[in-house]
Amino acid sequence: MLTLTCPYCGVAAEETELTAGGEAHLKRFGPGSSDDDLETYLFLRENPKGVHFERWRHSFGCGKWFLAARDTNTLEVFGTYPAQSKAPPKPIKDAITAKRPGWSWREFK
Amino acid sequence: MEQTAQLGGRAVVDGAEIDGQQAEDWVAATHQALAKMDNVTIRTRMMGAGVYDHGYVIGYERLTDHDPQLDGPRHRLWRIRAKQIVTATGAIERPLSFAGNDIPGVMLAGALRDYLVNWGVSVGDRTVVVTNNDDAYRTALALQAHGLGVPAIIDARSAPSGDLVAAARAAGIRVETGAAIAKVMGKTRVTAVALAAQAGEGGVLEDIPCDAVAMSGGWSPVVHLWSHCGGKLNWDAERAMFRPDPKRAPTGAAGEGFVVTAGSASGALTTGEVLTDAFEAARAAIKAAGGKPKAGKAPQVTVVAEAPLEPVWLMPQGASYELRAKAWLDFQNDVKVADVQLAAREGYESVEHAKRYTTLGMATDQGKLSNINGLAILGDALNTDIPSVGTTTFRPPYTPISMGSIGGAARDDLFLPIRKTPIHGWHTDQGADFEPVGAWRRPYAFPRKGETVHDAVTREILNTRENVGLLDASTLGKLLVKGPDAGRFLDMLYTNMMSNLGVGKCRYGLMCSENGFLIDDGVVARIDEETWLCHTTTGGADRIHAWMEDWLQCEWWDWKVYVANLTEQYAQIAVVGPKARQVLQAMGTDMDLSKEALPFMQWADGRIGDFDARVYRISFSGELSYEIAVPAAQGRAFWDALLRVGADFGIMPYGTEGLHVLRAEKGFIMIGDETDGTVIPQDLNLGWAISKKKDDYLGKRAQERSHMSDPERWKLVGLETLDGSVLPDGAIAVAAGQNANGQRNTQGRVTSTYHSPTLGKGIAMGLVHNGPSRMGDVLEFTKGDGTFIKARIVDQVFYDKAGEKQDV
Repeated sequence: MLTLTCPYCGVAAEETELTAGGEAHLKRFGPGSSDDDLETYLFLRENPKGVHFERWRHSFGCGKWFLAARDTNTLEVFGTYPAQSKAPPKPIKDAITAKRPGWSWREFK
Repeated sequence: MEQTAQLGGRAVVDGAEIDGQQAEDWVAATHQALAKMDNVTIRTRMMGAGVYDHGYVIGYERLTDHDPQLDGPRHRLWRIRAKQIVTATGAIERPLSFAGNDIPGVMLAGALRDYLVNWGVSVGDRTVVVTNNDDAYRTALALQAHGLGVPAIIDARSAPSGDLVAAARAAGIRVETGAAIAKVMGKTRVTAVALAAQAGEGGVLEDIPCDAVAMSGGWSPVVHLWSHCGGKLNWDAERAMFRPDPKRAPTGAAGEGFVVTAGSASGALTTGEVLTDAFEAARAAIKAAGGKPKAGKAPQVTVVAEAPLEPVWLMPQGASYELRAKAWLDFQNDVKVADVQLAAREGYESVEHAKRYTTLGMATDQGKLSNINGLAILGDALNTDIPSVGTTTFRPPYTPISMGSIGGAARDDLFLPIRKTPIHGWHTDQGADFEPVGAWRRPYAFPRKGETVHDAVTREILNTRENVGLLDASTLGKLLVKGPDAGRFLDMLYTNMMSNLGVGKCRYGLMCSENGFLIDDGVVARIDEETWLCHTTTGGADRIHAWMEDWLQCEWWDWKVYVANLTEQYAQIAVVGPKARQVLQAMGTDMDLSKEALPFMQWADGRIGDFDARVYRISFSGELSYEIAVPAAQGRAFWDALLRVGADFGIMPYGTEGLHVLRAEKGFIMIGDETDGTVIPQDLNLGWAISKKKDDYLGKRAQERSHMSDPERWKLVGLETLDGSVLPDGAIAVAAGQNANGQRNTQGRVTSTYHSPTLGKGIAMGLVHNGPSRMGDVLEFTKGDGTFIKARIVDQVFYDKAGEKQDV
């Protein structure tokens, strides 16, 4: 039963108010892409023990999708930010670095 | 929250002097002081059942179990979100492992003392105390103080010291040191114990007659609430216990610990230690929660010197097999010392494997009594120590809680509130046979008096084909998609083009997942230049709405599109059948409902009777059909008016089964029947609904994969049994030969199957290997009872192939 703060409405939402949406920052591969790229997009996920980026929707609140950076092992939340982000914003990355120096996740570090 | 009815734990039973007061008085005074504070809530008979992520705690309160005459619920589950949690959960006494420790009359020393002090219950006239620590001496002293006999204290330690030992000796109680119980005598009741040397192998020195045995193998802190959310433990060899490691507390959202243990739960054993630890725990928790603890010091306790315990895992240490096979570890699951040793010999070296091989710790107490003793025996058998063997995982709840408390008010009508259309009340009044569709209840059929459901379905279908039927279609999803980029957006969501749909026109569309599989279908209407109304399946409305929001918020967030779910804003009623137009004209209308003015697959707004209506000329039955949306609040009145006016034309409502059969007669697919999450539009011969002009749509790339474009995929066909009977739902078509597992090969399966009243025979649709090119072939379908039924592959459109009836 996590609590995550919705970056849109500011509510510290109980997990029952939220819907989990899997891994964040997926890049969509459509027609013209290679089989490998399609496979990565559809099926391959990080599943780390540690720093992770996830999609969440404040379904039973304001309805907005947002992204969360958290540690799957310690349940620490480094921050939440709008879904309209191609990469984790600097304050989020800084917050992770402060706690987990040398972290990396996919192409981000 | 306090699990029992009384505050104060063991101190009240065992007695102690705290700040110059008797423990009982000190507890009462402290309770009183706390109860007066506005910001303190005290609940007794309430167990901290579980600690979860980010400070979420559940408290299980038993309100009337102790007094069933009281009003109100028996149990209540409290859901609490705490900044900091102090767990003062105490410790549990461990049994000692000696032969016959399960014979009635053998009890934990603390339990025997509780019976005596709390309830005045004497377990036996002569109680032998057997121990490896000082605490059990309290039982001996209490028994003697109450005038009961203690023939001997059998202490495994060679030279016990301390105030309690001295007190026992001074009271004249016989104390045997370095001693053990070889075995307990008696069958249904203890009659004596055989005294032996702890260092030996069970050679009997003397039989001591008695009728009860009080045993104590030391105390294990209750670390469950600490461990539930990830708190880690250290093995304290001196105290022979797992203790919480404050440096590795469960962490919350900020990455800081949010649980602090206090007292015996931390591993403190004496009253002085307990109070000092609890005082520090409270200070730490207040600080961590952002408060400022008041200055002060821990309550002072008059010290009773206690000597350390000596770990004893088997009594006597060299007990023979015969004795070990009678020395119980898990009393509920009948696991003995010899069983765990056997598990180790058999190679079950992991504690998790040994547990499952022996069932040690799998009883309702979940190892609270037996785990440490079992781990020690396993460690000894593997020639390693307890921390190397490890512990099993502690999972909430601490002890079982009732399902009623978990369910709470979410029961009966409140469990999953039923969604009702504006016309639901009429359906109920008619005694409709309902079926669940999503969270809705839809009428399956409307049986008349003396009529079976099957007969009702037949009547409703025939009447719709011959006269006119009425369907409550309000549950269908209605998603309004609006904005400058709405057309572009719908072109991505549907497999076909929606951007070029003319205003006033309707088009059937398919939606696929990014994995290429069909997820929904429905008719889309172009309302104006920037607005489309998308009909979804009944069960798909919320899901597809969320699906649209996901793409708009997370992928194409710069597209100007707004989606509103209008499903419940309108009542939608289908007027279906050859006389549909006559009924609407008889209602009185300012609309021209002729074929020329409002042709098939178009819509128009107007007045029908006294109602503002939007009329869609769409058909899921193959008949002349108008689906009419009116504001939800007018739905029931509109329905009643249609029934009244339509009576002259033989109007009858039909239910979802009629709807299903009507569509199957026309070969129309149904999401969830013809699709199951593995079916693509191409499998259903719906290639015509897939745009060749579009560069992209959701699922397009996935459908290009070799397996998706494989010509060997099973494809949709119609099926007709040779004898006119109805194929079983989901029946499999068998093929020649067997697969690698010795099962019959298969070549198809039934997806929809009904008796068609219109045609007077069984009709079905199914997915069949190379189906469309095998028209006329006869397949064998399993009936599920070892017999087969033959069916011929036919066109899936059984009724009005040319589509003339709907286009009049």
